[in-house]
Amino acid sequence: MVIDGVTKASFDELVEIETDEGERRLGKVLEIGFGKAVVQVFEGTTGLAITGTKVKFLGKTMTMPVSQELLGRVFDGLGRPNDGLPDPVADKFLDVNGEPMNPQSREYPTSFIQTGVSVIDGMLTLVRGQKLPIFSGSGMSHNILAAQIARQATVVGTNEDFAVVFAAIGVQYSEAQYFKRSLEESGALRRSVLFINLADDPAIERIITPRVALTVAEYLAFDLGMHVLAILTDMTNYAEALREISAAREEVPGRKGYPGYLYTDLANNYERAGRIKGKSGSVTQMPILSMPADDITHPIPDLTGYITEGQVVLGRDLFRKGIYPPVNVMMSLSRLMKDGVGEGKTRSDHMEVGNQLYDAYSRAQEVRALAEIVGKAGLTGVDLKYLDAGDNFETHFLKQSPDENRNLDETLSRAWDILAALPEGELTKIKDKHIQQYYKGNK
Amino acid sequence: MVVKGRIVWVSGPAVKADGMSSAKMYETVEVGDSKLIGEVIRLTGDVAFIQVYESTSGLKPGEDVIGTGQPLSVLLGPGIIGRIYDGIQRPLDEIAEKSGAFIGRGITTSPVDMKKKYKFNPLVKKDDTIFGGSVLGTVEETPLLTHKILVPPNYPESTLTDIAKEGEYDLEHVIGQASSKNGDKIQLKMYHKWPVRKPRPYAERYDPTVPLVTGQRIIDTYFPIAKGGTGAIPGGFGTGKTVTLHQIAKWADSKVVVYIGCGERGNEMTEVLVEFPHLIDPRSQRPLMERTVLVANTSNMPVAAREASIYTGVTMAEYYRDMGYDVVLVADSTSRWAEALREMSGRLEEMPAEEGYPSYLASRLAEFYERAGRIRALGSPDRSGSVTLVGAVSPSGADFTEPVTTHTIRFIKTFWALDTRLAYSRHYPSINWMQSYSGYLEDISKWWKENVSPDWYDLRAESYHILQREDTLKEIVRLLGPEALPDEEKLVLEVARMIKIGILQQNSFDKVDTYCGPAKQLKLVRLMVKFYKEAQKALKEGKSLADIRALPIITTLLRAKFEVTDEEISKLEEIDKQLSDSFKGNIEEVKVSV
Repeated sequence: MVIDGVTKASFDELVEIETDEGERRLGKVLEIGFGKAVVQVFEGTTGLAITGTKVKFLGKTMTMPVSQELLGRVFDGLGRPNDGLPDPVADKFLDVNGEPMNPQSREYPTSFIQTGVSVIDGMLTLVRGQKLPIFSGSGMSHNILAAQIARQATVVGTNEDFAVVFAAIGVQYSEAQYFKRSLEESGALRRSVLFINLADDPAIERIITPRVALTVAEYLAFDLGMHVLAILTDMTNYAEALREISAAREEVPGRKGYPGYLYTDLANNYERAGRIKGKSGSVTQMPILSMPADDITHPIPDLTGYITEGQVVLGRDLFRKGIYPPVNVMMSLSRLMKDGVGEGKTRSDHMEVGNQLYDAYSRAQEVRALAEIVGKAGLTGVDLKYLDAGDNFETHFLKQSPDENRNLDETLSRAWDILAALPEGELTKIKDKHIQQYYKGNK
Repeated sequence: MVVKGRIVWVSGPAVKADGMSSAKMYETVEVGDSKLIGEVIRLTGDVAFIQVYESTSGLKPGEDVIGTGQPLSVLLGPGIIGRIYDGIQRPLDEIAEKSGAFIGRGITTSPVDMKKKYKFNPLVKKDDTIFGGSVLGTVEETPLLTHKILVPPNYPESTLTDIAKEGEYDLEHVIGQASSKNGDKIQLKMYHKWPVRKPRPYAERYDPTVPLVTGQRIIDTYFPIAKGGTGAIPGGFGTGKTVTLHQIAKWADSKVVVYIGCGERGNEMTEVLVEFPHLIDPRSQRPLMERTVLVANTSNMPVAAREASIYTGVTMAEYYRDMGYDVVLVADSTSRWAEALREMSGRLEEMPAEEGYPSYLASRLAEFYERAGRIRALGSPDRSGSVTLVGAVSPSGADFTEPVTTHTIRFIKTFWALDTRLAYSRHYPSINWMQSYSGYLEDISKWWKENVSPDWYDLRAESYHILQREDTLKEIVRLLGPEALPDEEKLVLEVARMIKIGILQQNSFDKVDTYCGPAKQLKLVRLMVKFYKEAQKALKEGKSLADIRALPIITTLLRAKFEVTDEEISKLEEIDKQLSDSFKGNIEEVKVSV
């Protein structure tokens, strides 16, 4: 929407639009100058007329009222109450765009979060203040996994619970409901804040949804000192909305029609995670996105992977096999694992065992491919052992039930069970002293 | 005359202002009432196009734009080392003091502490002739680094009329006065400013002949980079670009390291800040932070400053080069810098070339990489220094045919291709040994021969040949299975596996394995080649491959990289002896049951 005769407006300013029927909508200034302002209308331009539409520049950028009372509440995609209750009393108003965190003031994330999911705790450890996305595909069990993590996540030794900030971005009604119910049943809803933008809500509103959610997350973490787990689903819908606006503005597109600033824009959301020196809270982010056609090189997962500190990738093959969680460990990674595990944090063998499992499973995959060609008879003795270890890994370690909460000792003990099937000489990633202590196979 | 214009249009980091007819291209300006820092990047009539280095939220048409008359410059003087700056050389710790944990706007700070006193030791005396680039004296910047006070390179030949005595001075103190041939009086201080987009001049350029030792086996042994050389490390996400760059920044045998975090993660910069003060330089036993300077413009900081951060970093690197030091600059990631160019180009409504990137992308990349080199510095005394440039590239979809990667390859000589498949199987560093190359191999082999061992070149070639053969054999195995190969070729596969695990893979997070000195690298290679030869001989003598595979020495060889430290390298001689013994006599006897 372009407005003429504007002299006093400023860039990024919030705009209130009143239609000729008296309906009020919100928008923001994208471009200003030469008497014209380009305004993006969050609720869409349906029903706006050239004549009769009134526009008021509000003289401030978009803000979100925040206070402790937000916990347990449900809001729409723009941060307005959606649960029939009145507006919460605001402690203060915060700019939803946030400000970049100063790297000098960041506290490096090092505290292990136990999610109770073996594959994550053992091989893709989540750390407080990390941003670890789930790359999924349509129809896969990402929501179940995210909900399980939201319910079970604890910092070992403290029994502190996480506050959950959940932003549904253009998701179906049933998915949003699943989340809400899951939090409700486990009693986690009273320490949660939900933002719901459904698939049939205006696409433009989606640009704001993660921003209001992260603004609240930052407030809970750094003003109130809580540990916050922010779940954003589905970031693919967010990027689509961004593309829609970019195309409408006739900008030069980058890859696949997405704007050239998609990376920067995503980073402005994802980077709003972390810890700050001298403050006790933290924001841990778990964005969920569905890879179009399961393609990890698509710009959305691709750029996300460049910003986040690792990724948990769900695999269609495992999903078809009926394995939950269907995490493709080869493609997954947690960059901060090295800093959150080991002596004094978890267990001194944790990292090495994780690496060895990767190695073993990777060899098992190679052997599987080979066995398809030459048959099992053509394999050597060691190869066969890897084949077993690979199967074992999927059924004994990876697979678990959505309500099963395994502690770290159990996870690592399961890992050693799998490694026991391999000859000691194959364990090249583990130091001697840990082999002496934990190895269960024939020496 | 001070330029004073008025904002007429705002869109993101791009601002148009009129009344700017006397502004210069690339002049720094203060934009709006909150005095945001910007730079003029296009002039059309009296309208200037300005890229603003800070968030423009709330900026209004009608606000003032005031010129500074100066191009974007950095301040060069003692106090830079150990600091962390944003893309336009504002210290982030001072920004934090002024605006808290989140970065505010319109903050002006001095890049270095102008009041701090340094002990100045003059190296010149009154009536000496000085030139642009001459060394006036030294101060101790950190225990690791003696900072040489330089005459600004663009100053004419002059005669010193006064020079300060040894003593403590702050940066604003005039330490020397000189008069040039045409009688101009010149005042010299311990710092000067230099425009970032203009390469600092030097007297002469040398060929790079000395390797930059990084302690990373696959880099030093197989794909080395020379001091003063250029290298690029492209890879999809999760392939370990940042870890590899961190390793180079940590262990490279250079005097100064400039680390540019350009559009990358905030936590990565924090990691450097947390880790480097505790890491000890293996050569000087001092904390690594005493030789490191960081330029951080993370992905969520303003995009225009990201574009500037590369130039800010390389100008500081050139300054230390001019003192006669070897400097390594690592830039993570040049793709984000290219994206910043693309974004500004889009806002300028320029005609795009490939994938929306501007057509001048290639020439900008070339200008950047050409600022590397080993040189003889200007002025007296004679000294040579180098700037080595290593840039990460983040190709979208790990596709090396995208514009930033293809253009970068044209201007660099060492290419470390990171391989997503290797990374998935946790082979780190995931540098693909078939795709990577180094253009410095011949130039620097003399150094290895003289300083490490005369047979370096041959051993490297022999071990690399095994990897090459494995690469071809792998195709056959994929089609027919390993049993289709004769024992001799199966042995090649086995030894290649050992080289991959025992040499190419290196664990950056292991205390011992993180750094591997040249001597140890060579010994490990020699052991592998020796194993191959002995095993070949044993096969010919009728031993079975299964027996060779069962030799316990294999596990010893594979674990040597992290079980033997650089200090106790003589242990590798023992392993060498065990290796010989393993093949002596009847293999059956030394075999242990597995």
